[in-house]
Amino acid sequence: MSFCVYTFNPAAMLTENAPILPKTERSFDTKSITLTVNGKPRELNVMPWVSLLDALREYIGLTGTKKGCDHGQCGACTVLCDGKRILSCLTLATMKEGAEITTIEGIAPSDTDLHPLQKAFIENDAFQCGYCTPGQICSAIGMLQEGKAHSREEVKELMSGNLCRCGANVYIIDAIMEGIK
Amino acid sequence: MNNFSYKKASSVQEAVGQVSGHSEACFIAGGTNLIDLMKYNVAKADALVDLNTITENHEISEREDGGIRLGAFVSNNDTAYHPLITERYPLLNRAILAGATGQIRNMATNGGNLLQRTRCYYFYDINTPCNKREPGSGCSAIGGYNRIMAILGESENCIAVFPSDMCVALSALSATVNVSGPDGERSIPFVDFHRLPGDTPELDNNLRHGEVITSIDLPPKGFSQNYSYLKLRDRNSYAFALVSVAMGLELENNRIKEARIALGGVAHKPWRVVEAELFLENKEVNEESLGQAADIILKGATGYGHNDFKIDLAKRAIIRNGLMALNPAETQLPGAVPN
Amino acid sequence: MSKAQIGQPISRLEGHLKVTGSAKYSGEFNLEGLLYGYVVNSTIVRGKILSIDSASVKKIPGVIDVFTHENRPSLAWFDMQYSDMDAPPGSPFRPLYDNEIKYYAQPVALVVAETFETARYAASLLKIDYEAEEFDSDLKKNTARARDPKVGLATMLKPLPPKPKGDFENAYGEADAQVSSAYWHGTEHHNPMEMHATTTFYEKGGKLTIFDKTQGTINSQLYACNVFGLSFSDVRVIAPYIGGAFGSGLRPQYQLFMSVMAAIELKRSVRVTLDREQMYSFGHRPPTLQRVRLGATKDGKVTALNHAAIAETSQFEDYTEVVVNWSHILYPVENTLLEYQLVPLDVYSPLDMRAPGGSTGLPAIESAMDEMAYKLGIDPLELRLINYSERDMAEDKPFSSKELRECYKQGAEKFGWAERKPEPRSMKRGTKLVGYGMATGIWDAMTVPSRAEAMLDKDGKLRVNSATSDIGTGTLTVMTQIAADEFGLSVDDVTFEYGDSDMAFAPIEGGSFTVSSVGSAVVKACKSLREKLLKRASRMENFSLSDQGMSQVRFEKDRIVLSESPLVAVSYFDLIADNNGKAIKADTTSVPNPLRLKKYTRAAHSAAFVEVEVDEQLGVINVTRALTAVAGGKIINPKTAKSQIVGAMIWGISKALREETISDHRFGKYMNPNLAEYHLPVHADIHELDAIFVEEHDDIVNPLGAKGLGEIGIVGMAPAIANAIYHATGKRINHLPIHFDDLL
Repeated sequence: MSFCVYTFNPAAMLTENAPILPKTERSFDTKSITLTVNGKPRELNVMPWVSLLDALREYIGLTGTKKGCDHGQCGACTVLCDGKRILSCLTLATMKEGAEITTIEGIAPSDTDLHPLQKAFIENDAFQCGYCTPGQICSAIGMLQEGKAHSREEVKELMSGNLCRCGANVYIIDAIMEGIK
Repeated sequence: MNNFSYKKASSVQEAVGQVSGHSEACFIAGGTNLIDLMKYNVAKADALVDLNTITENHEISEREDGGIRLGAFVSNNDTAYHPLITERYPLLNRAILAGATGQIRNMATNGGNLLQRTRCYYFYDINTPCNKREPGSGCSAIGGYNRIMAILGESENCIAVFPSDMCVALSALSATVNVSGPDGERSIPFVDFHRLPGDTPELDNNLRHGEVITSIDLPPKGFSQNYSYLKLRDRNSYAFALVSVAMGLELENNRIKEARIALGGVAHKPWRVVEAELFLENKEVNEESLGQAADIILKGATGYGHNDFKIDLAKRAIIRNGLMALNPAETQLPGAVPN
Repeated sequence: MSKAQIGQPISRLEGHLKVTGSAKYSGEFNLEGLLYGYVVNSTIVRGKILSIDSASVKKIPGVIDVFTHENRPSLAWFDMQYSDMDAPPGSPFRPLYDNEIKYYAQPVALVVAETFETARYAASLLKIDYEAEEFDSDLKKNTARARDPKVGLATMLKPLPPKPKGDFENAYGEADAQVSSAYWHGTEHHNPMEMHATTTFYEKGGKLTIFDKTQGTINSQLYACNVFGLSFSDVRVIAPYIGGAFGSGLRPQYQLFMSVMAAIELKRSVRVTLDREQMYSFGHRPPTLQRVRLGATKDGKVTALNHAAIAETSQFEDYTEVVVNWSHILYPVENTLLEYQLVPLDVYSPLDMRAPGGSTGLPAIESAMDEMAYKLGIDPLELRLINYSERDMAEDKPFSSKELRECYKQGAEKFGWAERKPEPRSMKRGTKLVGYGMATGIWDAMTVPSRAEAMLDKDGKLRVNSATSDIGTGTLTVMTQIAADEFGLSVDDVTFEYGDSDMAFAPIEGGSFTVSSVGSAVVKACKSLREKLLKRASRMENFSLSDQGMSQVRFEKDRIVLSESPLVAVSYFDLIADNNGKAIKADTTSVPNPLRLKKYTRAAHSAAFVEVEVDEQLGVINVTRALTAVAGGKIINPKTAKSQIVGAMIWGISKALREETISDHRFGKYMNPNLAEYHLPVHADIHELDAIFVEEHDDIVNPLGAKGLGEIGIVGMAPAIANAIYHATGKRINHLPIHFDDLL
């Protein structure tokens, strides 16, 4: 079956008609920085106080990275920075100049295909509301690259930085274990 | 969160120069605690100097004395997983991995870990009195909800605890902190690095303004045969310790030749009592000897109501952790939960 | 004809969008020139605002405006206009209405700026002078003030306790065995992962398109129109994806008010997103003190039942929930005394949170039953069977269906309940104590009026819509399955649209009544569309029908065919062409038949079985294994259904062992309004969990025979854990959550 039978017309129309433009701020301290996000250079004009998370969501328009607490307490904002999983809410965009940032929008091999973990999440029903999902998937990719998790208990511990309020925990770990085998 | 100017430092000297003459300037490395506190308006800085761009102190290296030097700007995860650490200082590996999460440990640096601030509810809430945040305003934790607060070394001005796990192991391992500042370089024994609250709870440690941690030295002895880190908390992971214990034992003929014990989650700094360690020398590792050592460590411990349980729990944890240290291969579970 | 889609474990249809990050939530619709609002909350509990220094904040570059009670637009006057579909009796809170402060962190101002950072910064500088007054937020100290709740519209769905039956005191006094225990259930907050956000797009001519995090698009639309005096045709509320809610979106929250107000006043598009701390300022599961007294005969028959609860509410609304009624529906006791009272305190009104009332009351009832079982030396499961209700004695009605006995049987078997040794502290694994515990769960199977529209669109495809929402429960997938079956299609050939106030009316999504209510409307709308299509088809050439009509034909992917001679068909394409290329629509309302339903008690049931491991020296508790057997009527999608139950079981673990909102009554506020110190379970806390569904046929509850599964999984879990801890350790802990140091 196809995944994408559902399209939300009114919403889609609104966003299509309203391109997101990089914001410029008029205060004294703006600085032009270039972030490499999902392989593409993105030039932004930001003040230092803009977190990487807000730069992605509000300035670049990549809203796949989620804000669940903005304080490093939930893991929803997890992205990969030079291949390592980090919390984008606890770092400044300007500190990540020159780094390779990968977000949930950039992990699939192509527009038509999905990363194996994305497929495993759908198949295992590893989400309900879907809000923690991008962070869970990015965190799992980072964790697998770290290569320190082998058993289910180790995966559970090393994934504990990603909360899920719907209680999809069992199926999230099931999906990730498929990636370990 | 206020705005600030931001500069990338290229050397320690440059960083020190940029911060030392400027009372509202601050270093930033991992940022995991500083940015959090700035967003809550607990911390305020009008200039941040980024240490990540400094080329030195990004390594873990062997020292001539047989010890190890941990670069201050190495991440907690890279430190924990470094072969020199996993092989020679597994206690440090265990303690680091018991703290925070995979993501945060990838960001947080060794230097920053020493400088994290308390998680006291009242310190974090800018609308309640707190002597640490606002000297002289009073301590709301005394008489308030104090389940997570200190039982040792506290003062009438502050009963907050220091939240690090890594530092509990560094304390047990008798590390040394190397700092660089406007007046040059100096080394601070780990036990003297953090302070007790006393009359100046606003000071967490003895670092002066403008001084930056450059590295942490571990002496050669790593207690890699018999060690254990045990952390007790309100969930199995991603929570601060209510009580944690780092222990390294050197055994000879089933008796203790040297013991190191440090507690986390109970005081304003990692809690180490040398008297208890000396007491254990030439003793067998059993519930009785460990219990007696625990009594020495916990002498004078005071509860504030909700945290009374910590006194009893700390003793039990010391005993259990000592027994766990006899067989680390089997007892060291993910999350430093009890075996 | 495609095989039946109902009953298939179909993966969530929006899965692709959620795993790629392309599903957009209400705070994620960006537009050039969008402004950001940041809310300022009061720092006193009770009193008055004396002054607000907006002027200095307005001077900050990038700040557009500051809204307070002094310069807000004119608002509606009457309480009714602030009311909503989930409003308790009383006087709803009105943001920025006047200078009065009624609870800590009350929203008192909105700062609007060009960027999020500027708005947040400026909000932190806004200086407000207050005159503080005495307050009281402590339920335990004020039980003497408990009084009966006021009755209102909300009490229709949440009835107050029934009148006493028999003579409780006498029966209790004469009983062979007695149990009397007090229970404390602390405050909890919903904490959906997504923080509440509203993006209001201000369009030319003043029309508003509002993306709101809500469990009821029409609820939010009504509120915005009533409060700001807007015309319904000018306000459209959309809730495309919702990052969890669990009740937090049942009432229009203040970010909606703020965003709409600023958009109207500034004639600009404005987004207001609450921060995590503010997520603790608009509703919570109320703290509740309970006492249960049970009297039973030697052989286990419960003869006397008293369940009394005293719960917190605010000073301005009487929030109620059903805490004490369940025991009598579960157990056929002759002498009952059920009591429920409120204490108004200086807090915000409590708010329905997943299984409101049930998940507070059942831990008390089911722990008391467990205590009775040990007292009598009867297996706890056996005690439930001895007191099994074949008929609801509370209202003296039959159940529309009740396969609880099967839940006990199959659950016990699959869990291995027979392995349990009766004595507490008798089971060990290595050095750890092991305990088995069980408990019963019950939740209403409600159905409320809903509408749905079904249409054959201009391309000949089936589209169905309803304004309902999907908070992660699987509404989209399940409704698509239901619609697909009505036309014999596969889910790939049906589009279900939802989450938009322009669509057919739906109530708020809560109370586990969405599948039964909206699902029934979908069935009805599809039926009506089929009739309409057939009527039109029968007017076409070569397609003559006799009087039997519907029974003679089959609906296929793209045509209606005669069952007898399948070559005779009318394609949907032709039907649309015949309608001048326009869609053919059928819009219906599904109203439950109150007279028929009133004759029955309708409820889902469950039996929860739990194994815990306790490290006695250190107190550490782990739920190593749990199983819940559910009787929830027809299961539309076993995959999403199981996720609902297992997810709710994790809520049960959280309730029993983890989450709690800590109050400091000296300050009248919550001390852990964040996810670091409000402990939700982490992956490392969750071990082996399973759910099974027993067969349950019910053709009374609604046309689908489905009961709704959002809440039934949570109610039995917390008491089963507490009971397992007792079995493991011999210690009975009657407050939630249970901390590990409670066992030291």
